[in-house]
Amino acid sequence: MDIVVCIKRVPATDTAIKIAADGKSIDLTGVQFELNAYDEFALEQALRIKEQLGAGSVTAVTIGSKEAQKELRDTLARGADKAVLLTTDQWVSDGASTAQALADWIKTVPCSLVLCGRQAVDSDNNQLPSNLATRLGFACVTEVSKLTLADGVFTAERDIEGAREIVTCKTPAVISCHKGLNEPRYANLKGIMAAKKKPFEEKAATLPPRATEIVSLTLPPARAAGRIVGNGAEAVPALIAALRDSKAL
Amino acid sequence: MSNIVVVAEVRGSSLKRPSLEAVTGALQLANATKGKVIAVVCGSGLDNACAELGKSGAHKVVAIDGAPFANYSGDAWAKAIAEQCKSNNAAAVLMAHTAMGKDLLPRVSALLDTCIVTDAIAVAHEGGAFTAKRPVFGGKATMTLRAVKSPFCATLRPNNFPAASGGGGAEMQKVAPPAGDLLAVVKEIVAAAGGKTPLQEAKVVVSGGRGMKEPQFFKLIEDLAAAFGPGVAAVGASRAVVDAGWRPHSEQVGQTGKVVSPPLYFAIGISGAIQHLAGMRTARTIVAINKDPDAPIFKVADFGIVGDAFEVVPALTKAIAELVAHK
Repeated sequence: MDIVVCIKRVPATDTAIKIAADGKSIDLTGVQFELNAYDEFALEQALRIKEQLGAGSVTAVTIGSKEAQKELRDTLARGADKAVLLTTDQWVSDGASTAQALADWIKTVPCSLVLCGRQAVDSDNNQLPSNLATRLGFACVTEVSKLTLADGVFTAERDIEGAREIVTCKTPAVISCHKGLNEPRYANLKGIMAAKKKPFEEKAATLPPRATEIVSLTLPPARAAGRIVGNGAEAVPALIAALRDSKAL
Repeated sequence: MSNIVVVAEVRGSSLKRPSLEAVTGALQLANATKGKVIAVVCGSGLDNACAELGKSGAHKVVAIDGAPFANYSGDAWAKAIAEQCKSNNAAAVLMAHTAMGKDLLPRVSALLDTCIVTDAIAVAHEGGAFTAKRPVFGGKATMTLRAVKSPFCATLRPNNFPAASGGGGAEMQKVAPPAGDLLAVVKEIVAAAGGKTPLQEAKVVVSGGRGMKEPQFFKLIEDLAAAFGPGVAAVGASRAVVDAGWRPHSEQVGQTGKVVSPPLYFAIGISGAIQHLAGMRTARTIVAINKDPDAPIFKVADFGIVGDAFEVVPALTKAIAELVAHK
């Protein structure tokens, strides 16, 4: 099975966000980047499927800045066979145009399974996997936290409000991965050395125009300062009174 | 091209409340575009849900109702909904940002080759264009977007719009679902144990963190949630206790968990890491209980108690239970 894993380089989740001078993006000064946490589950699942089948390939792809070489090298060190960087200077945060660009690229490579993280933790869109699948005409299951493959059929489990959905599909498919799916492996020294010899392709991305334009990026209004109503269990009546006064109870 | 389509969601035979919130968003947009609101709903045995939608203020209800749609299938439903969007001249298509909404509406938008904004907290039509506000970076920033392509598709975050009510006399239309190959098929839906209230739809969220010391002491958190009565409160957890295996990931609140905005949020034994604050800072009222008076959680809390959760929480549970009993 030839598997494509879509990844994204994102600001680390402990980043304190500052708005850049253009009012539409974040100030990148001092920001540390990392592989999007959910994409780690997607990569791990791809490696496990390849191991299970004892055949196939795992290609990691991203649309992003040149700096994303670092995160792609990491996927190679963990076990991916090939990495592809489709470069752009834009902040890739518009689901429709990103899905179209990825679909156009995937159609040019052997691929029967696309694995993605459920969402990238920068733009938080949570829309690319099923958008991409529709553009490819592939089956799709999103936010999967358990996945098995037997006789060419995937059985996926996903959380829905107050219940779990069990879904089956065949390839070609797009599956988006949620926390709980697996425990991702990390690169070891051998993997890091091996990664240097693996194919790494880099070319300019062909991105269609954005379907949405960013008007502004702002910090949420600061919450009004609260107050400590007291100490210990004796403060409970004061808390109840405060909640009733503010109509929260 | 001024009509607003709302894709409503049915679980069992009843309409999900966030769908009525989406009707409110649609009515706001239709007021600006001078169009009509058309509710589209898929499933099998939809009469109850249609009756409820008919009273919501929607002008027309289209039910794609029949056995082939008894279970959710994103690919088949998206095609049927996209057809309705075209035939009803949709200028915008809204749905709640639920597990189904975030799976389904991107597919509909792809079939219509248009834009989509997910998890919106506000939508508007101004100066001839649709705009939406949405949290990004796990709620650490808010992005305002303008649609460049048409129709405008958006999923709306639950608990951000009031549920629509007070309409009536909607035109009712029933459509047979198209038969066809389904690419992915829901085989089974397994209800969560004890019929838990979904975290993102709960009116009250009670979250615990490392300060609960050991997994079994989350019983105190569960008891406080239960004191609000059935179906009101849900239990949440910090990333630290989920990563430690004390609680399931489905309860995690924060940047790599769920983002919630309930009317009332309790953070108990949670220091308030930046990733956690991102996931709950839009709650209307925040209560923090923590031993450490300098914990960052007190900076976002409306009301705080400095103290040991093991003393404060049982007393609070008792007080809430008494209050609920007298209502």
